[in-house]
Amino acid sequence: MADIAVHESVTSHDDHGPAAHGSITGISNNKLAMWLFLGSECLLFGGLISTYMLYRGRHGSGVGPAQLFDIPLTSVSSFVLLMSSLTMVLAVNAAKRKDDRNTNLWLAVTGLLGALFVGAQVYEFTAFYHEGVGFTTSLFSSSFFTLTGFHGVHVSIGVIMLLAMVAIISRNKVAGDKAEAVEMIGLYWHFVDVVWVVIFTLVYLIPA
Amino acid sequence: MALIASPTPTQSLGVFRRPVAATGWRSWVFTVDHKKIGIMYGVVAMFFFLVGGCEALLIRLQLAAPDNTVLSAGLYNEMFTMHATTMVFLFVMPMAAAFANYFLPLQVGARDVAFPRLNALSFWLFLFGGVFLNTSWFLGGAADGGWFMYSPNSSRLFSPSHGIDFWVLGLQIIGIASLVSSINLIVTVLNMRAPGMKLMNMPVFTWMVLVVQFLLLFALPVITVALFLLSFQRNFGAAFFDVDKGADPLLWQHLFWIFGHPEVYIIILPSFGIISEVLPTFARKPLFGYKFVVFSGAAIGFVGWGVWAHHMFASGLGPVSVAVFSVATMLIAIPTGVKICNWTLTLWGGKLWFSTAMMFAIGVIVLFTIGGLSGVTHAVAPADTQQTDTYHIVGHFHYVIVGGAVMGLFAGFYYWWPKVFGKLLNERLGKWNFWLMFFGVNLTFAPMHILGMQGQPRRMVVWPEKLTGEGFFNLQFWNQIATVGSFLIASGVFMFLVNVVVTAKKAEKAPLDPWDARTLEWMTASPPKEHNFDTIPTVHSLDEFFHRKYEEVDTDKGPRLVKVRSAEEVLAAEEAKADAHIHLPSPSYWPIVLAFGLPVIAYGVIYNLLLSVVGAAILLLGIFGWVLEPSVAEDSDYDPPTGESETKELSSVG
Amino acid sequence: MNTVDEHTEHGHHAHGAEEPHIPKDSYFIKVALWLALLTALETSTYWIHLGGFATPALLIMMTIKFFMIIMIFMHLKFDNKLFSLMFYIGLGLAIFVYCVALSTFQFFAS
Repeated sequence: MADIAVHESVTSHDDHGPAAHGSITGISNNKLAMWLFLGSECLLFGGLISTYMLYRGRHGSGVGPAQLFDIPLTSVSSFVLLMSSLTMVLAVNAAKRKDDRNTNLWLAVTGLLGALFVGAQVYEFTAFYHEGVGFTTSLFSSSFFTLTGFHGVHVSIGVIMLLAMVAIISRNKVAGDKAEAVEMIGLYWHFVDVVWVVIFTLVYLIPA
Repeated sequence: MALIASPTPTQSLGVFRRPVAATGWRSWVFTVDHKKIGIMYGVVAMFFFLVGGCEALLIRLQLAAPDNTVLSAGLYNEMFTMHATTMVFLFVMPMAAAFANYFLPLQVGARDVAFPRLNALSFWLFLFGGVFLNTSWFLGGAADGGWFMYSPNSSRLFSPSHGIDFWVLGLQIIGIASLVSSINLIVTVLNMRAPGMKLMNMPVFTWMVLVVQFLLLFALPVITVALFLLSFQRNFGAAFFDVDKGADPLLWQHLFWIFGHPEVYIIILPSFGIISEVLPTFARKPLFGYKFVVFSGAAIGFVGWGVWAHHMFASGLGPVSVAVFSVATMLIAIPTGVKICNWTLTLWGGKLWFSTAMMFAIGVIVLFTIGGLSGVTHAVAPADTQQTDTYHIVGHFHYVIVGGAVMGLFAGFYYWWPKVFGKLLNERLGKWNFWLMFFGVNLTFAPMHILGMQGQPRRMVVWPEKLTGEGFFNLQFWNQIATVGSFLIASGVFMFLVNVVVTAKKAEKAPLDPWDARTLEWMTASPPKEHNFDTIPTVHSLDEFFHRKYEEVDTDKGPRLVKVRSAEEVLAAEEAKADAHIHLPSPSYWPIVLAFGLPVIAYGVIYNLLLSVVGAAILLLGIFGWVLEPSVAEDSDYDPPTGESETKELSSVG
Repeated sequence: MNTVDEHTEHGHHAHGAEEPHIPKDSYFIKVALWLALLTALETSTYWIHLGGFATPALLIMMTIKFFMIIMIFMHLKFDNKLFSLMFYIGLGLAIFVYCVALSTFQFFAS
């Protein structure tokens, strides 16, 4: 890490104040902060996934993962979330081109796909509940609902951020760099997607 | 930028005028200035230190006599749980955050942290979380499961009051505070350094704080998971740690200690950083082996992730795990030993100035070495299984925490007081403070090693007279010595408080550079101006300030470092180059509003989920106000509106 | 950290941030198609039974998808290496501590 401080080109006499613009590494504060946060989130989801892995077989004589999961449904919703990452990328690229119309369009599509995913999850949870698998039924069910629920909350927060961003852009009220704001939401969104890639494989596809 | 009368000025949510007052309570409550936030962190942490200290004294009073009845068994459980929780989460960590907040930007030559509003948010979350946690005393009793809250003690069956719920939710709030501030400070150090301030030019305190922030960043989510699982068990009927339902209680122990061991270094490393500043200054020579101190600090931070299970040797991990963790634990003693060597060799041959700060720093070396040595012995698993959960362990970690971390923080108080408040703390009272604490620590915690080896269990509420034993190993004798010692520590702390009052009352100002110091934070006024530096200094070397004062001059005895400029001259040269436009972030309502939402949500989880909805609404209001608020107040928000030259801006978001 | 040096001339860019070279939309659409294909393959293991190969195959596909998303969609491949470092420290620590913890429960033995 010793070579991070590479150059001394920070201009301390530009008109907009030194600290706001030139950072010594030349990278943006916001993006660095977001990546640090995502690094931290790895340990959050790691803990939840480990808890599930430890407890996935502990359902006594009740329903276990093999009987419960509806793989076709989850495959479709996983696909939806994956494709929302593509639309997010398109939004980020549009924002970089300063193309507000397309930025808003792709942000809205991404939010919609995310909402679809959350909807599928709500449907899935309800279906499980009707099959007699509730939050407190077994260690398996508690850890399953906790893990996927945390992920669902992350997606929901993402959806809110996306839609709020659409509203803020269309009213032209962005405080700061618009393209970067969209990119930050994008990073968060892709991360949530990548976590689902892991959950989909480890929880749903690999047989317990 | 001309003054344009905007029809919708950037009043928050279009309702309030931006809180731009420079004086009065508003200037503190809505501030985003890292120095004011640092001072507030310090004041609140000191308050909690006194709270935790009173809890400690009650514990020692209870153990001062056989079959004592100062505290009931239940209250005693609450007392030791909250003593530990308060000292770790509400004193040592936030006090380190106070120093970090105040001095990190100054030491790297920045005008503020990277995200000033997030910084304010961290502080308010910490304050509200701490207050929330402590309201449990008045709402049916505090947490009583011990600070690591093992199952089954943490279950409803064994702890039916709301105490543990308060504990869980309070720690979540404080955890968010630390997480936010860790991201903030890492970005500040990596991105906001002055020109020329390479990583290997940074002061050791900055380095150690950086390592600590990485530890916090990656350790906090682990405890967050554990706390969520526990609160789902207690509040929503899950059974994550309930053996009856087939759960593995060791899961909690793993999650807790994966967080908990890095936490040990989170507690100690800031103090290592402080004394690495104090020792060279008062030995009047550079820190011996700067790179070794930095890299060993980073190594401690790294290896610290691979040793957590040594807290669990008695839990039946299996021989392979125990052997692996045993060896890893012994390894981590190496970088720690490196540091102690470096500090000692910094003193070697120096012209020592025994100021109070210096004495505290030397005290840290001595006491931490004792605590560290007894710590290494716990790496030997067979010995550890005998010592686990006895007073021997209590003695060990108090040497490390009080002797290492707390004494280091006191070294920081005496060293940096003139910088923060412009006045020198009284040295005479300081010496009293030091010696009372130094003897107090030894009298309190050394006997605990003996008590532990004799089998006095940790967390035991009474010791019966007939079991006290005879002669040298008499439990009563050593327990009473420990109690006397604890009151010595308390009187030492009292001396400090007296010192603070005496110092505040005296008129005499401290000189600009009272200690002939070495690092950038001294290259500005005392207390620093709101914008820290009139011009951002350009850094050429480690110990930049020192090298501006001293230059190598050829004498008849060969080249010598000679003081060629006084601190005043160095500062005057900098001020002559002052930036015309200095932009600072504007104060904001939203950090405190957002922070206030969280304890409301937490009360709701315990009492009524409707209240949580209200809390969430406050939270959302805070977030939206925040997002829509430009970080720079428009001129029209000032009363009277300010001219162009005084526009204030520092950072774009945050 | 060469990438920083290359961009020092752009010191006056907005926020002083270097602008990494980001590919065009068509490139991302191709990547997404590959991702879709991998997901289809993953899902097919539900109907086509691979026996003992299933788990390793799924883990490999998961890893490929994971890195495709973070490297390309999240720009780690094009961006400053400092971002990669920060993220990989967290990822590495997570994998390390949780695998060790699970192995003390004999999770991998079964």
